[in-house]
Amino acid sequence: MNVVGTGRGPTIRFRVAVTAGRLAAEVSRRLGCGGGSVIGGRVAHRLCPDVLTRLAAGRTSVLVTGTNGKTTTSHLVAAALRDRGPVAHNASGSNMLDGAVGALMATPRSRLCVLEVDELHLGPVLDAVRPAVLVLLNLSRDQLDRVSEVRQTARTVESVLARHPDTVVVANADDPLVVSAAGSSPHVVWVAAGAGWEADTRTCPTCGHQVSRRTNGLRAVSWWCDHCGLHRPCPAWWWTPADEPGGFVVHHRDVAAVTVVSGLPGRVNRSNTTIALAAADAVGTDPASAAPHVARVRSVAGRYDRVAWEDRLVRSVLVKNPAGWGEALDVLAGARPVLLVVNAREADGRDVSWLWDLPVDVLRGRVVAVAGERAADLGVRLSYAGIPHHSHPDPLVALAALPAGEVDAVANYTAFRDLRRSLAGPARPRRPGGGTGHPRPAPEVPPPGPPGPAEPAGPDSGRRRCAPTVP
Amino acid sequence: MRAHGSVAIAVLLPDVLGTYSDAGNAVVLAQRLRWRGVAAEIVDVTAGTVPPTGCDLYVIGGGEDTAEYVAADWLARHDGLRTALAERAVSLAVCAGLQIFGRVMTDRAGVEHAGLGLLDLVSSPGARRTVGESVSVSTLPGVGRVTGFHNHGGVTLLGPDALPFAHTERGPGNHPGTRVEGAVSRPTADAATGPGIVATYLHGPVLARNPALADHLLARALGAPLPPLDPDRLPDMAALRATYLG
Ligand SMILES: [Zn+2]
Repeated sequence: MNVVGTGRGPTIRFRVAVTAGRLAAEVSRRLGCGGGSVIGGRVAHRLCPDVLTRLAAGRTSVLVTGTNGKTTTSHLVAAALRDRGPVAHNASGSNMLDGAVGALMATPRSRLCVLEVDELHLGPVLDAVRPAVLVLLNLSRDQLDRVSEVRQTARTVESVLARHPDTVVVANADDPLVVSAAGSSPHVVWVAAGAGWEADTRTCPTCGHQVSRRTNGLRAVSWWCDHCGLHRPCPAWWWTPADEPGGFVVHHRDVAAVTVVSGLPGRVNRSNTTIALAAADAVGTDPASAAPHVARVRSVAGRYDRVAWEDRLVRSVLVKNPAGWGEALDVLAGARPVLLVVNAREADGRDVSWLWDLPVDVLRGRVVAVAGERAADLGVRLSYAGIPHHSHPDPLVALAALPAGEVDAVANYTAFRDLRRSLAGPARPRRPGGGTGHPRPAPEVPPPGPPGPAEPAGPDSGRRRCAPTVP
Repeated sequence: MRAHGSVAIAVLLPDVLGTYSDAGNAVVLAQRLRWRGVAAEIVDVTAGTVPPTGCDLYVIGGGEDTAEYVAADWLARHDGLRTALAERAVSLAVCAGLQIFGRVMTDRAGVEHAGLGLLDLVSSPGARRTVGESVSVSTLPGVGRVTGFHNHGGVTLLGPDALPFAHTERGPGNHPGTRVEGAVSRPTADAATGPGIVATYLHGPVLARNPALADHLLARALGAPLPPLDPDRLPDMAALRATYLG
């Protein structure tokens, strides 16, 4: 056994660090301070700076990064790999270095590892873990006022990837920022995963000139920059809708198509599932055998699950940024009443101008209530769009204005946390006064209808895009 | 107003300068006209098109640095549009739009980029990024207190031929060393009627948060004050104003 600091075997320093980290995690858990993986990871990392390198050594790792969908996609990848034994996974979404250390300490004997990683903290984790696969989902502004230069993030990701030429990058071909970040890596598997948010890539991430897009009437199916030539790469993976409810078909250029019945709603999760199967394939797991496991993922860290409150059944969706709102409104496409809750604290982003970029037309004809600290901003936005709504800062008061039955709730970061806490708490008497509830009646509840047609990001459009000249 | 009675509102380069949702300003202008029975149309003027020069109102918004210089080059290539902005139309320029309408924009490398020269102001990189809520009092008649969100890396100083759009009460303005918010072209600031340019750093979008400013621009474009709006049209407005101005 090697007893000095930097050898390959388990050094004393490393073993002490892991023991202390596990102890700290255990203490944290017993004190009721959450799962303890972050504090445990922090202690271990403090005692042994290369603890993550040592913990990851010998394991096959998949890292998942990007602005939106990290937690969901990492759960889907972990599910896809489960046939091959235990998987170390930061399932709670602790996605910085300490969280990664905590997850690996908690599952010491797994040979597989799936870690979601915050896109702004990718470098140190990637350098330490040296993963077989990096999944790059999308890049957009997390908050208008905080990450002011998402292009800088793309450049940072690109320079991190340059240090890891052996890592296979599974990347979204529909996001110009992703393509600009991953395009020079030697091993890229492109997936047509869609781009619900174009406001950050109206201009080319490489040269700053405007990006051209061809649409199918609903959304872009191809994009390119005439000035520098950056363009949508030809995807190897894509998905198409299937007849059965919740079903869709995942395609690969060279592999037989796989039908998946998804446990998660919306286009964005079909794309996340397609990416997860591509990542599983890249580490040697057959997508067809992984599909049934992936289908069993029905709720991810509290997202998408249903909570009963008084005589309403509330399905809540967390959105962290403007791109996420566009996706959520797509996930929730339907006729159910909808509650939108917007806060503007530090974690949410202080500026809510992006409310004006939301595709609010999908709310037309639904019974809508707005709530949260920025309920008034959202209410003004809806009024200018001619969408009647109820309005109150308190989400439960706003919720009480909606008819009984199923309700979709969309909330940003702190609003989601507060909403779930409120829904879980005891019902309490409320006075409807004090808000800005408006005098005009909300529309009648429309009859429940089928969800809107899913629109594939994929196949024939993908082939056309592979033509040498983009029209 | 155009011959067929519809007020035309142009959004300049939403495909290049679309970062801060300022195109919402055009939605506000159009809807406030429609609510008063005046027809309005929004014209998206993208980089691949020849810009219309006969619109009544032009709005231009914020964007990133590179996009800003691309937009400035594009605008400089269209003389007819520049003349319309300088002489005939009422314009609202926000953030990058304010800088583009000025004389010079200096970038981080010290390179000077020419603006359109419609406003006597110069912009250069600030010591740190300016981010945060701001409240100021407008110099324009009837506009009163204005609220908005600053988010920019540059700072701006006005020359003698530009006047402040507002004076800051709290929060940032054009430059840490002054209490000036935005700029207005001089002749219109004196008369406050008819064509001219109102420029500001405020996002929100600024017209969504400040309806009196929207009506000021509309009155100038139409050449007459507009009738007051039924407050029931915007039941949340009082709460919004209280959120930021209270
Ligand atoms: Zn380009």
